[in-house]
Amino acid sequence: MAATGTYTETFVELIRRASAELPAEVAEALRTGREAEQRGGLASIALNTILENVDLAREASAPICQDTGTPVVWVHHPTGVSTRAVKADFEAAVREATARTYLRPNAVNTLTGANTGDGSGRGIPFMHFEEWDEPRIEVRMILKGGGSENVGAQYKLPDGKLGAGRDLDGVRRAVLDAVVQAQGKGCAPGVLGVCIGGDRVSAFEASKRQLLRPLADTNPMPELAALEERILREGNELGIGPMGFGGSTTLLGVKIGVLDRLPACYFVTISYMCWAARKAGVSIGEGGELTWLS
Amino acid sequence: MAELKLPVDEKSIRALKVGDFVELTGRMITGRDAAHKWLLEDFRADVAPFLKDSVIYHCGPVVAKKGDGSWSFVAAGPTTSIREEPYQADVIGRYGLRGVIGKGGMGAKTLAGLGKHGAVYLHAVGGAAQVLARAIPRVERVFMLDEFGVPEALWVIEVQRFPVMVTMDSNGGSLHDEVEARSQAKLKELLARKA
Repeated sequence: MAATGTYTETFVELIRRASAELPAEVAEALRTGREAEQRGGLASIALNTILENVDLAREASAPICQDTGTPVVWVHHPTGVSTRAVKADFEAAVREATARTYLRPNAVNTLTGANTGDGSGRGIPFMHFEEWDEPRIEVRMILKGGGSENVGAQYKLPDGKLGAGRDLDGVRRAVLDAVVQAQGKGCAPGVLGVCIGGDRVSAFEASKRQLLRPLADTNPMPELAALEERILREGNELGIGPMGFGGSTTLLGVKIGVLDRLPACYFVTISYMCWAARKAGVSIGEGGELTWLS
Repeated sequence: MAELKLPVDEKSIRALKVGDFVELTGRMITGRDAAHKWLLEDFRADVAPFLKDSVIYHCGPVVAKKGDGSWSFVAAGPTTSIREEPYQADVIGRYGLRGVIGKGGMGAKTLAGLGKHGAVYLHAVGGAAQVLARAIPRVERVFMLDEFGVPEALWVIEVQRFPVMVTMDSNGGSLHDEVEARSQAKLKELLARKA
């Protein structure tokens, strides 16, 4: 189905915001991290550069990071909205945002190695649609970079080497191991989106959806809230630090969700989001009025 | 902080140590996954002069074409270097590179290559695409643009006070090895704690 164009310009602006404007809460967490690092050390220099970069990107409406990632998008819509039309409009917006250099041409034909040139490709952008009872459309997106995507991981418990059984302490062990494996390669300090349970498909989607949560929120499930807090604390004790230079700021947040599972399977799925934890959202009312979401 | 002019000689490079913060000024070239494979498939004589005694930057930039047909870097931070581990030491040796800029560090083969050929690994701050693009005032020319696309092409660029940290030196030092060993030891301790 061809793009109707109804939402294209709104989505271009959504992408621009995601690419150029780091959420205030993430910048705040980076500043807090900087306070904890030794002044003049490599970790502190790195965080200074990062924070300067965040300001420059916002002022120039230019990408925070040249790897503008995969746009991963969640759409909630009322009955009667054509999801094909919304998808076509979003794809058109990706091509337009790429032409305006809000995005890098970031889609490569896997078989030929040729860049598609316009940012869109098979499976890119990646979109999820859910119908809901509200009359408005809500679109939330992240830009998920490739360096951090490469350090994502999926563990299946039990894991003898980690002493990880099928319980929340096993989850803790798997997640901390993933942080050590990642070192600075995912552009630490990172935010972890974690899914316990599910299958190999549903769990990665659910782990990424966790990245939409505000950094400062509290998990409504008390046992997961406690686990998030513990992994955040222990992850920062690992000493990996910004960029893997060593230091006390390794993680900015840990967000954990849960799906039910098959009797045979117990997956722990980790999506590592780099410090440039880019997300944006917009609500489109019945009459087309826009509310930008943080 | 020291300023290092490119091209650079072996002696100046061998004097650099892990933990040094330096700023680069001069001419260098970008190259990442496709470029490294391509540079070793054959000796690329037209590109070779841009590698000799200079550094290769693991970077897939966002690039704008200006009205006069010239290019400018809109966003240009480093990409993860470890993917070039199978190729890097050989590219350094074959083309006489004095350094590599990237992020995340590299492995044992590259570290040995740095020592053998007199080169360093320079870490730029990952994600700092605006700060680093501003240190690249000019794009001189580009190789393999049509074949590889914008992120993977080899861009010859002029840099001015381009900030990097030495994290692997030509004397076997690697900050990445140190941090990894420390964090592995700490992990062991955390896993020994009770649930």
